[in-house]
Amino acid sequence: MIEALYARARRFLRRILTRPRIDLPLAFSLFLLASIGLVTLYSAGDGNLALVGGQAARFVLGGALLLVVSRIPPPVLRSWTPWLYAGSTALLVVVAILGEGRGSIRWLDLGIMRFQPSELLKLTMPMMVAWYLHPRQLPPGWKDIVMVGLLIAIPAGLIAEQPDLGTAVLVTAAGAFALFLSGMAWWRIGLLVGAVAGMIPVGWHFLHQYQRDRVLTLLNPESDPLGNGWHIIQSQIAVGSGGAFGKGWQHSTQSRLDFLPEHTTDFIFAVFSEEFGLVGVAALVALYAFIIGRCLWIAMEARDTYSRLLAGAIGMSFFVYVFVNGGMVAGMLPVVGVPMPLISYGGTSAVSLLTGFGVLMSIHANRKMHI
Amino acid sequence: MKPRRSIKDPRGESLLFRRRALAGFVLIVLCLCLLLSRFVFLQVMHHDEFVTRSQANRVKPRAIPPARGLIYDRNGVLLADNVPAFRLEVVPEQIKNMPAMLAELGKVVPLDPDDLDAFRKQLRQSRRFENVPLKMRLTEDEIDRFAVNRWRFPGVDVVPYLTRRYPLGGLFAHVVGYVGRIDSEDLDRLDPVRYKGTSHVGRSGIERSYENVLHGTPGYELLEVNADGRTQRVLETHAPTPGRNLYLSIDVRLQKAAESAFAGRPGAAVAIDPRNGQVLAMVSVPTFDPNLFVNGISQADYSALTGDPDKPLYNRALRGVYPPGSTVKPLVGLAGLETGMRTPQDTVVSTGVFYIPGQQRGYRDDQRGGVGRVDLVGAIEQSVNTYFYKLALDMGIDRFSEYMGKFGFGRPTGIDLIGESSGVLPSREWKAANFRQPWYPGETVIAGIGQGFWAVTPLQLGHAIATFAGHGVPYAPRLAMATQDGVSAPPQPLANPPSGPSVIRKPADWHVVNQGMQRVIYGARGTGRRLGVGFPYLMAGKSGTAERFSRTSEAYDTNRSTAYLASRHRAWFVAYAPADNPQIAVAAILESGAWGAEAAGPIVRTILDSWLAAHDGVIPGAERLPVTAAPLAPIAAPAANAPPDAGVEDNEPVEDLPAQATTTGGTP
Repeated sequence: MIEALYARARRFLRRILTRPRIDLPLAFSLFLLASIGLVTLYSAGDGNLALVGGQAARFVLGGALLLVVSRIPPPVLRSWTPWLYAGSTALLVVVAILGEGRGSIRWLDLGIMRFQPSELLKLTMPMMVAWYLHPRQLPPGWKDIVMVGLLIAIPAGLIAEQPDLGTAVLVTAAGAFALFLSGMAWWRIGLLVGAVAGMIPVGWHFLHQYQRDRVLTLLNPESDPLGNGWHIIQSQIAVGSGGAFGKGWQHSTQSRLDFLPEHTTDFIFAVFSEEFGLVGVAALVALYAFIIGRCLWIAMEARDTYSRLLAGAIGMSFFVYVFVNGGMVAGMLPVVGVPMPLISYGGTSAVSLLTGFGVLMSIHANRKMHI
Repeated sequence: MKPRRSIKDPRGESLLFRRRALAGFVLIVLCLCLLLSRFVFLQVMHHDEFVTRSQANRVKPRAIPPARGLIYDRNGVLLADNVPAFRLEVVPEQIKNMPAMLAELGKVVPLDPDDLDAFRKQLRQSRRFENVPLKMRLTEDEIDRFAVNRWRFPGVDVVPYLTRRYPLGGLFAHVVGYVGRIDSEDLDRLDPVRYKGTSHVGRSGIERSYENVLHGTPGYELLEVNADGRTQRVLETHAPTPGRNLYLSIDVRLQKAAESAFAGRPGAAVAIDPRNGQVLAMVSVPTFDPNLFVNGISQADYSALTGDPDKPLYNRALRGVYPPGSTVKPLVGLAGLETGMRTPQDTVVSTGVFYIPGQQRGYRDDQRGGVGRVDLVGAIEQSVNTYFYKLALDMGIDRFSEYMGKFGFGRPTGIDLIGESSGVLPSREWKAANFRQPWYPGETVIAGIGQGFWAVTPLQLGHAIATFAGHGVPYAPRLAMATQDGVSAPPQPLANPPSGPSVIRKPADWHVVNQGMQRVIYGARGTGRRLGVGFPYLMAGKSGTAERFSRTSEAYDTNRSTAYLASRHRAWFVAYAPADNPQIAVAAILESGAWGAEAAGPIVRTILDSWLAAHDGVIPGAERLPVTAAPLAPIAAPAANAPPDAGVEDNEPVEDLPAQATTTGGTP
């Protein structure tokens, strides 16, 4: 019995090596990243092994999902896409209705676990845009751009309404990147970016007061000593005091003495910067850049438009996480709830990111063959 | 779709994508370089500065919650107070094994299951380094015992705080309301910065509707901490801004008199100053002790309150809806005059039963055999149903409900409390929306005497009577009269302008109806003619008796004992005084009173007496009656069984056909 299982496991492992369904450079760099994340979490969480264990368990779950998703061929994924998109958007509507009259509702309680439907959109959004653009003539004209705009705006608006600005930004970016990669003409991009920039004063009007405060606090952190201003100041002290080479692992005083809030989740990158210094930051950013580059490489090799756009959009939205979280920690961007991918403690984002990479693995496995 | 597909150029697209992906990657790398340059700026160029700041970083801010504003009555009697107390707080981060610690701590300080439940709930909501209160209002004994054992419980501390106390207990439970522990739902709703360090929030009544005024703004102190995070000393204190004090327009003396007049029988009363909408008294009986709710009510106390058949938690004045009965007849009469349907001299013959022309069904009058020919004043005095049946029928439901809407029926009065009922103002639209049925003329007839679909809250009726008493100028009822910054500052009055122009067009109409309502008290056949005796100013009023059940059994006519009727009736009385210059309007309902004037009338009179006493017996601007001139000799003894001619009311239409009916006395 045990021997039979052992034999099966060996066969499975051998098949992964001989007929790889996963892209080894990407898998290896993700593994490296997750390891760095666990090491940093151990230090940031004051050696709390339960915390590290919980996160490791999520990585295992995410890894398993990655392997499962990597076995779904892209054409099958494409045929499911409209249903997945409609389903996840419907869940957002359910959350909006259930959450009526409350402050902020993002979760659906499924009994065993709480589940955030907006997390699904991070994947189904680029899938839907890619599905829409797949049969059209590219580069897209205004009509297709407007349609894609609507596909993005409906769920993004629902998420922003929750209010969860961080996720809304990520979901919008994922859709927009797919549009960008489809070859939308530069002058059209310029026009749209200009229009959006012109809308900023209008958008400001629609922000919640606490969201406006976060932006204003960024300009003058001292004005808010009990809230976000304190976060920004303490985070910058952590980063700055790390210096070029850092204070060393487990020697971050800012998080140890509790000056840094949320030091295992949104602000964990500040702990990393304090302990490993500029050298560590540069290495980590290089690793992220490599992952993004590898994703785009896989996208270029992909067989059809759908796979290309999807793979490229997933890779590029990975960049948004890094930039927004890094910018927040360094006091460049306002405080929004975007985690540092695979480094920040937190369940759903790690699992959904790894599932997204599963899609990339599948696209890689079904790439064009160069003869 | 087809032609488009044919122009699709896979090779060109692939090349286009390749260019785009490269461009995107270059942009991303540029952005990441920008991010890195910010880290170079912080970690290399400003490294020394931040190292200094990190080493000097021994200072942590801590929020100081503001003291909640106090609540007073109109004369400065304290209704809601802050008293110092102590509670146990836990820093979750410093506890290694929470269940073991709680079990151990339970041996030193008794922790009941309610405390533990609330604690666990809040523990899940808060961050690990934030204090979570475990047990409120520690006794001296508990504080002492914990102090001896404190070394065993790192991360647990006794913390002083201010807790809310309602010195008058149940008397103001339905007005002032109470505060409660902030729970997870509140956390979603409240501004986290403004409520940092605050443990309680207004849950009901004034405490809830004036939360923003009462709460204040937190301050903070900068604490120097050691390497373990324990406070060494306070470096700087930025004091919080306490919440503003609130003066209510209620007079404690009226409130007390009103509550004791009910003697525990379920009901409600509202007294309003018609000149400005200020609420002078508002009671709902029975009531409860709001102090039970402040630090979390125990399950046993709560089930006792919710299980009580008299529903003490239910605010009858604000939410209870009852048919207004005859109390609205003066307003119906006013509608007749104002719409030109009637002149004060027009009369109607009351025969004891009223028929819609061409219909068989009869609508009964108060007195068997009727009272003969009456004008409007007489109809109000004796509460003659026939007069108002005919008037309502002549007006038609549309004009009728439009006019009654001006007195605020069918919609919230706009009082400064949350959760007010709208009641029902019968109209064609309302019935179509709620029953999907057309309107029947018979329903107009009974609307004329305040029955049928018509439903009002005591507050709505009080507001309508106050609007009438104030010559038709509507004011939204107001409980809060003034705010105050700190105990020594002068109170700043809160403005309450009228919500519209007067709803009465001709002052002469007002005087006719006013005269009718005075005759209720002073007329030879007035339904409330014992109530004015000994009151030194002119009163005006109207009784009302609404039925709780429709009258179907013969038992109603054969068994007319007070106890039997009390189980079926709701007794209303409304009044205002002085009738020549109204300064107080009162509406009172007794949920099980036999007849309006006899059951609810004395409650209204008690409120008016206490109001007079609060003014030392002298009301400026009104004419004092001569002492001997009680316009009517008091009736010898209140009759246990209402005799047919004693001015009692009998407002329900006859349900059966009058031809066979014995109830109409056979004299149609």
